[in-house]
Amino acid sequence: MRGEQINSQNIIARSATSVPSPQRRSGGVETVTKLIDVSRCIGCKACQVACSEWNDLRDEVGTCVGEYDNPTDLTPDSWQVMRFNEHENEQGNLEWLIRKDNCMHCAEPGCLEACPAPGAIVQYANGIVDFNSEHCIGCGYCVAGCPFDVPRISKKDSKAYKCTLCSDRVSHGLEPACVKSCPTGSIMFGTKEDMLDLAETRTDFLKGRGFENAGIYDPQGVGGTHVIYVLQHADKPEIYSGLPKDPRISPLVEGWKGIPKPLASVAIGLAAFAGFFHYLAAGPKETPEEEDEEVEKEMRADEERDQELEEKRP
Amino acid sequence: MAGLAPTFGRGAMTNHWVDIRNADLILVMGGNAAEAHPVGFRWVMEAKEHNDARLIVVDPRFNRTAAVADYYAEIRTGTDIAFLGGLISYLIETDQIHHEYVRAYTDASLIVREDFGFEDGLFTGYDAENGEYDKETWRYEYDDEGYALRDDTLTHPRCVFQLMRVHFSRYTPDVVSSVCGTPRDKLQHVWDMVAATVVNDKTMTILYALGWTQHSIGSQIIRTAAMLQLLLGNMGMRGGGVNALRGHSNIQGLTDLGLLSDLLPGYMSLPEADEQDYEAYILDRSRPDLLPGEVSYWRYYERFHVSLMKAWFGDAATEANNWCYDWLPKLSETLYDVLHTFERMSHGDINGYICQGFNPLAAFPHKAKTTAALSRLKYLVVIDPLRTETAEFWKNHGEFNDVNTAEIGTEVFRLPTTAFAEEDGSIVNSSRWLQWFWAAAPPPGEAIPDTAILAGIFLRMQQMYRDEGGAFSDALLNLSWPYRYPAEPSANELAREYNGWALEDVVDEQRNIVCRAGEQVEDFGMLRADGSTASGCWIFAGCWTNEGNQMIRRDNSDPYGVGQTLGWAWSWPANRRILYNRASARPDGTPWAERKAVVWWNGNRWVGNDVPDFPVESAPTEAQGPFIMNQTGRGQFFARDRMVEGPFPEHYEPFETPIANNPMHPNNPLAKNNPGARVFEQDRANFGSFEEFPHAATTYRLTEHFHYWTMHNRLNAIAQPEKFVEIGETLANELGIVKGDRVRVSSKRGHIEAVAVVTKRIRPLQVAGRTVHQIGIPIHWGYLGETKRAHLTNTLTPSVGDANTQTPEFKSFLVRVDKL
Repeated sequence: MRGEQINSQNIIARSATSVPSPQRRSGGVETVTKLIDVSRCIGCKACQVACSEWNDLRDEVGTCVGEYDNPTDLTPDSWQVMRFNEHENEQGNLEWLIRKDNCMHCAEPGCLEACPAPGAIVQYANGIVDFNSEHCIGCGYCVAGCPFDVPRISKKDSKAYKCTLCSDRVSHGLEPACVKSCPTGSIMFGTKEDMLDLAETRTDFLKGRGFENAGIYDPQGVGGTHVIYVLQHADKPEIYSGLPKDPRISPLVEGWKGIPKPLASVAIGLAAFAGFFHYLAAGPKETPEEEDEEVEKEMRADEERDQELEEKRP
Repeated sequence: MAGLAPTFGRGAMTNHWVDIRNADLILVMGGNAAEAHPVGFRWVMEAKEHNDARLIVVDPRFNRTAAVADYYAEIRTGTDIAFLGGLISYLIETDQIHHEYVRAYTDASLIVREDFGFEDGLFTGYDAENGEYDKETWRYEYDDEGYALRDDTLTHPRCVFQLMRVHFSRYTPDVVSSVCGTPRDKLQHVWDMVAATVVNDKTMTILYALGWTQHSIGSQIIRTAAMLQLLLGNMGMRGGGVNALRGHSNIQGLTDLGLLSDLLPGYMSLPEADEQDYEAYILDRSRPDLLPGEVSYWRYYERFHVSLMKAWFGDAATEANNWCYDWLPKLSETLYDVLHTFERMSHGDINGYICQGFNPLAAFPHKAKTTAALSRLKYLVVIDPLRTETAEFWKNHGEFNDVNTAEIGTEVFRLPTTAFAEEDGSIVNSSRWLQWFWAAAPPPGEAIPDTAILAGIFLRMQQMYRDEGGAFSDALLNLSWPYRYPAEPSANELAREYNGWALEDVVDEQRNIVCRAGEQVEDFGMLRADGSTASGCWIFAGCWTNEGNQMIRRDNSDPYGVGQTLGWAWSWPANRRILYNRASARPDGTPWAERKAVVWWNGNRWVGNDVPDFPVESAPTEAQGPFIMNQTGRGQFFARDRMVEGPFPEHYEPFETPIANNPMHPNNPLAKNNPGARVFEQDRANFGSFEEFPHAATTYRLTEHFHYWTMHNRLNAIAQPEKFVEIGETLANELGIVKGDRVRVSSKRGHIEAVAVVTKRIRPLQVAGRTVHQIGIPIHWGYLGETKRAHLTNTLTPSVGDANTQTPEFKSFLVRVDKL
């Protein structure tokens, strides 16, 4: 289980529904935050592998495209990737900026705002934004709604996937798998308050080492995030492989949300309805035929591989 | 190892992983700790965070370690002696050396023979015809009693200090910059940061790995670093030391147990062919003190040797037969290293080869030669948990292994063995800690432990000799084999044997019994040369005492809060964590600095946060030196005859150099490359020139992979799926290569193809008036496993090794790059 049952009474926001969330459990849940100190990261990808291990993900073996990044982008099977950028600073010195890229778990999540499927995206009281796949209709609105370009739609099952911040681990009092695996202590985890404190200390440390513009990345345009960065150059987040400087939910999504509530509800209802009928008519896959073939090929390859693995076993 | 032992006495990491956090400055050079040792690297980060330490990286590439460094300087591969030699000269000339430490704890004051000299790149005694040195002159001057003469004022023109000063004075900043290609300002910046650790309460640790060892001058590079640390007083101190980060899990254990062709367990050495006389052998190894009253611990060599022979041959080893000395192999070659072995194999002089736990086709230089050599074997046995390229050397894998199978007659046997997580036992880490592990999973299929495979071969051979007889079978027939299940000796039994036990009651000088017959010995001090003790590896004595297995200990308490956890696992020797820690205190026994203190004299004995690496009751007034394995008791700037190519390090060019001559000795062709290196004829013919192959190449590992193992694992394959080479932007522009292009990289010995990673992290260097580009070639990927199939990197590398260890020169050679 991805934690939704354990956490079901701790949901504070659900996509595409005005049904109020459970209200009783108001005490004791603190918001959690993952702090990624980019200045301590050596880009070893232990977190990337730990993520795949914990979540039982095995992406395709890709190719080298002329850089260290691999996989080169987020996919339905790679919920986090390391992004490497060679940056020459004002002094002409080289910096190798390595950023762990994954879901930011926004306090005001654009994906959740955009999602037309009731309950497919939820936000827990601890701040984690999670996808409940059984409600997902694969429409891809969350992709458009995300200012960080994080969710990915699987061609296999037409569901959206992204980092869960290991909601299943966290609900049992464990840190996310990536945090656990980091050898240099570059990834830390705790309450938002503690992480901001720690980030402050780290920022001061970096300023003491000549990084005048060191700072915390906790963008307010999305209400702050539950994944925050310490950056050596917080004034230029975009040099960290395109971290957006001032991320906001797309005006399209905002516009959608801006429609007077009754109308919006009707619209949401219609969207869900449409999704439902489409499902009845076309089945769970919302992909063109060509893609179907591709998907089948993928699935066949998967099966063959599983079989091969099975054979290799004693 | 071969650089550390002649300087400090032991060839191992001097400090330990956790202690790195106590450093004020960390110099990573000849290694890429973040890349290759990401877990241990946490202690570097700890030092930065909690000790306000600075991190310097000096490397041909701006690498993953550089990504978190405070300062980075580029350097041409294979020129580290120049860089460090220049630094030594700078420290001496600007008087930034630790005078009291140097005077008391090093051989700086010792006088060298009058006929010793150095001229135009060669030390005295060179025989150009044979490429060898007669080391007769590389000695101190001795008095009638055999003690070295000294001048504590360090002014005698032939004292080690003055000779060293003159030797390195040629390495001026301009010269160094020109040899190394490191810009002057960066050079100076690094030197100044290092020099600042000369004060009592600041220490620098040096972290290196194969980036120093894999050169034809590798051992001397390491020695230069060791000398630097002595000059700064950084040895024996918390957060100091010269720390060899081991590249393989348990490779430290491999050398500890003597799995090198010239060694016995515990760094004892095999006799040479002309050492047929036991007493002469022992006399030669039992090194006496060269200064009056020094510990010179190897003087007890015979105790360790006899105990080993008793462990091996039991009752068959007696005083009357010199403890079976005649059964020991005697070396007719200095080393039977891998280059030597494959050279002989390529001539058909070896016809059977047991290849256990390694993958020569992928891991040795000059793949074509390796293939040719393996093809001449009658049989090849591969003992490995994985499919290896070596086991399939005969199989055509298209362009990646284009062999004609029909022409190869070698019969190959594959014996599947357990992997590390499928067996009990101890692993010795870089820090010399023996940590016990337990099997996490049963082995798959027919895999059985290496020990069981070797026991099976041994027992079968022994039976055959018993049944059929044969020449010189004594050692085989009499080998002690006391294991409960002879076909599968257990890790417990072997560990107890390495520790050793008393065969008879062992008594001290007062005739008190210190260890009863049948009991495990507590430490190597209990071992005796009279046959009353047995120990399979004397330096491991203490790992499994009467109180049981000390290696399973997991007490992480650190009572002094200084990163010394003496109850965690067990460290050789005698659970000492920081070697030479007597040197952390002044000659009078008080610490140089409180925050660097390790052991100190409390008026009666040596105490502290570590086990003293020193006789605990030796009062400061006795003035014994802290480097107890050395005959002088001191750290050796002057290596005497312990190094092949000279008692002081000198820069020589790699055998494939991108420049025309050695800038230090442009007019002496004999001093272009290491004059002491051994080069086989066919290998010399396979060296390329910079006219044809203009770029300096270096090979290395990536953090995503471990050698040729993890390409069999899907997650590692995902993280780094395909072979690439790294090319600097400037060169790439010149050659019209953009990132992602496929390129061909060729050397005199063959070519590989790979994807180009075009990077700002490799910059062109100005070397001796010419622009040198460096090419980075990771070693991973082959034609097996889950990753994209690829050529083996060692198709390119030259077959020549370090003059002392014969470790191949994987780090410096010449290539050409062509866009495909």
